[in-house]
Amino acid sequence: MFVPLQESVPVVAPSAAGGVFSLLWVIIALPAMGAAVVLLLGNTRTSKWAHLLGCATVIVSFVISLVAFFALLGRDTGSRQIGQTLWSWVDAGSFKVDMALLYDPLSAVFLLLITGVGALIHVYSVGYMEHDVRRARFFAYLNLFVAAMLMLVLADNYLGMFLGWEGVGLASYLLIGFWQHKPSAAVAAKKAFVVNRVGDVGMALGTMMVFATFGTVTFAGVSAAAGRADETTMTILGLLFLLAACGKSAQVPLQSWLLDAMEGPTPVSALIHAATMVTAGVYLVVRSNFIYDYAPVAQTAVVVVGAVTLLWGAVIGCAKDDIKKALAGSTMSQIGYMMLAAGLGPAGYAFAIFHLLAHGFFKANLFLGAGSVMHAMDDDVDMRHYGALQKALPVTFLTFAVGYLAIIGVPPFAGFWSKDKIIEAAFADNLVVGLAALLGAGVTAFYMTRVMLMTFLGRKRWADGVHPHESPKVMTVPLILLAALSAVGGLLVFGGWIDHWLEPVAGAEPHANGEINVLLMSLVILVTVAVGIAIAWLTVGRNEVPRTAPANVSVFTKAARADLYGDAINEELFMRPGDRFVNGLVTFDDRGVDGVVNGTAGAFGGMSGTFRRLQTGFVRSYALSVLGGAVLVVLALLAVNFA
Amino acid sequence: MSATPFLVLSAILFTIGCVGVLTRRNAIVVFMCVELMLNASNLALVTFSRVNGNLDGQVAAFFVMVVAAAEVVVGLAIIMTIFRTRRSASVDDASLLKY
Repeated sequence: MFVPLQESVPVVAPSAAGGVFSLLWVIIALPAMGAAVVLLLGNTRTSKWAHLLGCATVIVSFVISLVAFFALLGRDTGSRQIGQTLWSWVDAGSFKVDMALLYDPLSAVFLLLITGVGALIHVYSVGYMEHDVRRARFFAYLNLFVAAMLMLVLADNYLGMFLGWEGVGLASYLLIGFWQHKPSAAVAAKKAFVVNRVGDVGMALGTMMVFATFGTVTFAGVSAAAGRADETTMTILGLLFLLAACGKSAQVPLQSWLLDAMEGPTPVSALIHAATMVTAGVYLVVRSNFIYDYAPVAQTAVVVVGAVTLLWGAVIGCAKDDIKKALAGSTMSQIGYMMLAAGLGPAGYAFAIFHLLAHGFFKANLFLGAGSVMHAMDDDVDMRHYGALQKALPVTFLTFAVGYLAIIGVPPFAGFWSKDKIIEAAFADNLVVGLAALLGAGVTAFYMTRVMLMTFLGRKRWADGVHPHESPKVMTVPLILLAALSAVGGLLVFGGWIDHWLEPVAGAEPHANGEINVLLMSLVILVTVAVGIAIAWLTVGRNEVPRTAPANVSVFTKAARADLYGDAINEELFMRPGDRFVNGLVTFDDRGVDGVVNGTAGAFGGMSGTFRRLQTGFVRSYALSVLGGAVLVVLALLAVNFA
Repeated sequence: MSATPFLVLSAILFTIGCVGVLTRRNAIVVFMCVELMLNASNLALVTFSRVNGNLDGQVAAFFVMVVAAAEVVVGLAIIMTIFRTRRSASVDDASLLKY
């Protein structure tokens, strides 16, 4: 089923930048400058204007990205890769890396997503974080994140990508733990950082191995030489980058950090942990297509990880009462879809990116909607305390509903087009994978309907002191714009636009899935979605939702509430043995190494204690030893002379 | 002229000095014994100089005398100071510098 399409693997061959493309570096530099200015001047000195600077830098970056995108559209397919070398970054013997940018159709859509959704979320944050005294710092961190994410997608080599990769990890850490006075937030930030380090090991080793194998780390160099490496090397490379992608994109087995990451402010969850950063893993796999196309085993691993995660996240989403955690489970699940598609090779790259874009729109929309609800409910996140909010929050309700229809895949909203394509491609590849993707769609419909019913419909279950109110304009306008994008984002699929657009990056799709009836497929998917909605209505919508979560629930609900025991597995498999190993090392160090060192010192100390008794202080005994020495010397001389 | 009587005398004087240093407690006596050993060695040096017919040994003897004179200056000063502070000239009493 996996046939490496040798002749179709595209080679990255950028042409020199000119015109608007010479401004590429400005797109990164502006948010970076915004972060630097605010962080260096400090929170109090910048609190009056930091949010304006933060929004302005990202909006200007978005305008440049938009202009560059249209300039790229105006070029013919063959010349849609533009490179810009800024300066020589590393020059150590044969290891030479330039700080260089690559602007091609893939980075172009990512730039639009990051700066576009990023700008909307920046504007939303102005309202959301209004009463936070550290708002200036918050915007500095957001800008830092945007700059790092842009670096990640614009770098023309693995090392530059690694720089951005670590940068977004840092920004994510800082923002999850933004309310560091809450111990839970501080712990969640640390957890995200630690789990991400595991993935980063894969990224670092992969980069080193790329250099060891190809003698270069640029995408251009590696893609040109990819066919010459043997398959084992490519498979190891693919698996290392898959490990990296699992860490950053919260895929099984490195998924555990994402649910805790919801401790951060909601705009952070929307921007970093839904729309952009967590999709970096998918970007890495698609960008490294020239590696995966030669490594069928690694591709299969990507598909398996994607399929497992899409069900894993969906199941967790079903049982969570915390609205943000339900959405986080959903994010995991949707990224699982993208990974699955990315693992299908040239048949799936375009759909992975298409779903990534659509997901960026509707999930940011859903998260910001959740933020708006929390804003209205005094930061209460428990959906069991919501109910009947559609009257109190009409704008939030309508925009959330659009996001809801988009994510469960109701035509003509964005999710329908993107998810259908992935499920079709999955069925074309393998029946089991296809069924997993189809089942995932049904479960998605169930848990999103549950969220919708518990939050906006049914009877009101608020406490008496709570007075829900619609959020200010600065928050609702981004919601409306994102809802509009969620609604029309699916248009990109018409005429195979997205497929052809990504051809210079990911290669042409082999038209092999002709045996699948697309209309029938869509029908089956829609029926599955309808079943999911119906089950949600029967179990949640019909009945009264209790204000506290019932305790006597099935084993499955308990498992899903405990994140399918992801933390318990990590604790048993890694943390406890790690603890024991470290304790053993400490014991060895204390008893063994220190024992030898201290024992030596002790022996010398004891010997000194004995020998120092020779120093009696009596001049005459010293004189006797001098005499003894002199006699010995004389005897020795005699012995030498007469022997 | 045989060198033997001179060398025997030198050895006897050296031995007396040596035993005196090791056995006597009075710092002045110990000091005199050291001088005795130095002069015994001077006698040996001069004897060998005479036997070998060159002046090196006699020059060395002069050096020893100069050093001995310098040593007397410093040594007597130390002994005087110790006597003034401790009312004792016994070398065994001045045994503070020990383990």
